[in-house]
Amino acid sequence: MEKAGMEKTGKERAEMKETGNDTGQTGKRKSGADGKVSAARLYRHYISVIIRSKMQYKKSFFMYSLGNFLVSFNVFAGIFFMFRKFNNVKGFTYSEVLLCYSIVLMAFSLAEMFARGFDTFPGMVRKGSFDRLLLRPRGIVLQVLGSQFEITRFGRVLQAVLLLGYSIWKGDVRWDFGKAMTVVFMIAGGMALFSGFFVIYASLSFFTLEGLEFMNIFTNGLKEYGKYPMGIYGKGLLWIMTFLIPFALVQYYPLLYLLDRRSGAGYIFLPLAAGLFLVPCYFLWRYGVRHYKSSGS
Amino acid sequence: MKKYISFFRLRTVMGLQYRVAAVSGIATQFFWGFMEIFALHAFYETNRAAYPMTMEATCAYVWLQQAFLAFFNIWALDGEIMEAVVSGNVAYELCRPLHIYNMWFAMGMANRISRAWLRCIPILLVAGLLPKPYGISLPADGMHFVLFVAALLLGLTVVVASCTLIYVFSFFTVSMDGIKILFTSMSELLMGAVIPLPFFPEKVQRVLELLPFAAMQNVALRVYSGNLTGNEMWRALGLQLIWAVVLIAGGKMLCGAAEKKVIIQGG
Repeated sequence: MEKAGMEKTGKERAEMKETGNDTGQTGKRKSGADGKVSAARLYRHYISVIIRSKMQYKKSFFMYSLGNFLVSFNVFAGIFFMFRKFNNVKGFTYSEVLLCYSIVLMAFSLAEMFARGFDTFPGMVRKGSFDRLLLRPRGIVLQVLGSQFEITRFGRVLQAVLLLGYSIWKGDVRWDFGKAMTVVFMIAGGMALFSGFFVIYASLSFFTLEGLEFMNIFTNGLKEYGKYPMGIYGKGLLWIMTFLIPFALVQYYPLLYLLDRRSGAGYIFLPLAAGLFLVPCYFLWRYGVRHYKSSGS
Repeated sequence: MKKYISFFRLRTVMGLQYRVAAVSGIATQFFWGFMEIFALHAFYETNRAAYPMTMEATCAYVWLQQAFLAFFNIWALDGEIMEAVVSGNVAYELCRPLHIYNMWFAMGMANRISRAWLRCIPILLVAGLLPKPYGISLPADGMHFVLFVAALLLGLTVVVASCTLIYVFSFFTVSMDGIKILFTSMSELLMGAVIPLPFFPEKVQRVLELLPFAAMQNVALRVYSGNLTGNEMWRALGLQLIWAVVLIAGGKMLCGAAEKKVIIQGG
C-alpha cells in the first residue's frame, strides 16, 4: 500500500505543477482591489483546485479510497475476531474499544487529509520545489497545507464515521452534551497531535533531505495501536503517552470520562491541551525553514 | 540457471545499498513488535483460559514476523515490473533469451532475501536478549530448526509465486490498481499478519488454514515456537508444498498463454 502511495505522489506532483500555476493566476485576478486575498479564501481555492484535478481521474479516486477503506478494515477485522475469543481486554468491552478506535481513526484520517502537504514535504525539499514556495508572497505554512489535500482518505473517514455510529448505537455510554463535546474535542485534539507529527516529519527533512521511516511510529504506529485504550499497554507506556507524547490526553483519559470511570469537567477539555503540542512543532518548523539550504535540483 | 543466479546477485547488491534506510526501518520494527506484544499480553492477562497460544510462542511469532517482514510483506509488489507491463517496456524483457516468468520469480526472491537478511539479524539478536517470555529463545531441538527453515523457505516461495502471478495477470488488464488493492489487503488478514491465525474463531481458522495465504508466514512462525506440532504440522507443511507447486505451475501456464498473444501498445 505504502508503495502505491509513493508512486502516486509522483503523479500528483506533476499535476500540482499545473494547478500551482493555475492558482497563481486566479489569485492575481481576484486580488485587484486591496491587493491580497484572505488566507482562508486562498486555502479554499487551493483545495477546490486540488479536488477538481483529482476528480479528473474518478476511477483512480475510487480505487484509492477503496484501498484506504480496506487497509483500515483489516484493523477492524482484527479487533472483531479478537473479541470473538475474549469478551473484554483489561475491562474494556468490544463496543468501548470500537469507540476508542473510531475516534483515533477519525482524528488520524482527517489530519492526513488536511496536513498531507507536510507528510509529502520531504519530496518537495528533495526536488527543490520548496524554493518556489519561498518566492511567493504568502505564508509558507499556508502554501504547504494548500499543496496537497488527500481526498482519497475519504475511505478511512467514512469507515471511522460508520464505526463511531455503530459503537454509539451498540455501546451503553450515557450520552449528554458534555460527552458529545468530549468526542468532538478528542477528534480535534487528535488531529492537532497527528498534524504536529507530520510537521516534525517535514521539519526533519530540512536536515536529512530524506523522509525518516521511524517517524512512522508516531503517525501510523499511534493510529494502529491507538485502537486499544492506552491503559492496557501497561503503566510505563501510559506514562510515556501522557508526559512525553500527549497521546493519552486525546485518547485514554477522555475515554475514561466517556465511560464514566472518571468524573470532572476537566476531562472534557483535556484533549484540547494536546493542541499545545503544535507550539514546539511550529518552532521546529520555523527553525528548519531558517536553516533551509536548497538541494539545488 | 546461471543467468537467473546473476539476476539474483544483482538485486541483492542493489538491496544492500540502502543501509541507512534499513537502520531506520529496524527501529520502527522494534516499536511495532513491542506494541504488538504489549497488546496481546493485555489479552493474555485478561483471560488466560481463552488465550490460544503460550506467551512465549506469541512473542516468538511476533519477533519472527518482524525479522522476516521482507519475506512476507505481500504489498511490496515490484512497481517497476507492473510499470514495465503497463508502459510496454516489458517488450525488451520479452526479447531476452530468458523465460520471463523465471526472471520475475528470481527477481522477487532476490529482492525479499536481500532485504530480509539485513534486517533479521539485528532484530533476532536483540529479541534473543530480552527476558522471558518477551523475547525469543532457541527452538526446542535441531529437528525443529530444520523444519522451521524449510517452512520459511516454502512460505517465501508461495509469496513470490503469488506476487509473480499478479504480475502475469497484469498482461491481461490495463489497470492493475483494483486487483492489487484487493489482493494485498485481503491476504494480509488471511495470512495471519493482522492477528495470528490461532486467534480466529476455531471454525474460521480451520478454513483459513487450507487457503494459500496460510501457507505463507503462518506455518514457519508457529513451527518455530512449537505451537504447531505433530500431524497438524506435517499437514501444514504438505499444504505449503502443494500450494507452492500449484501457484508456480498456474503462473507459468498463464504466462505462456499471455506471451503468445501479448500486444505491446506503442512504445
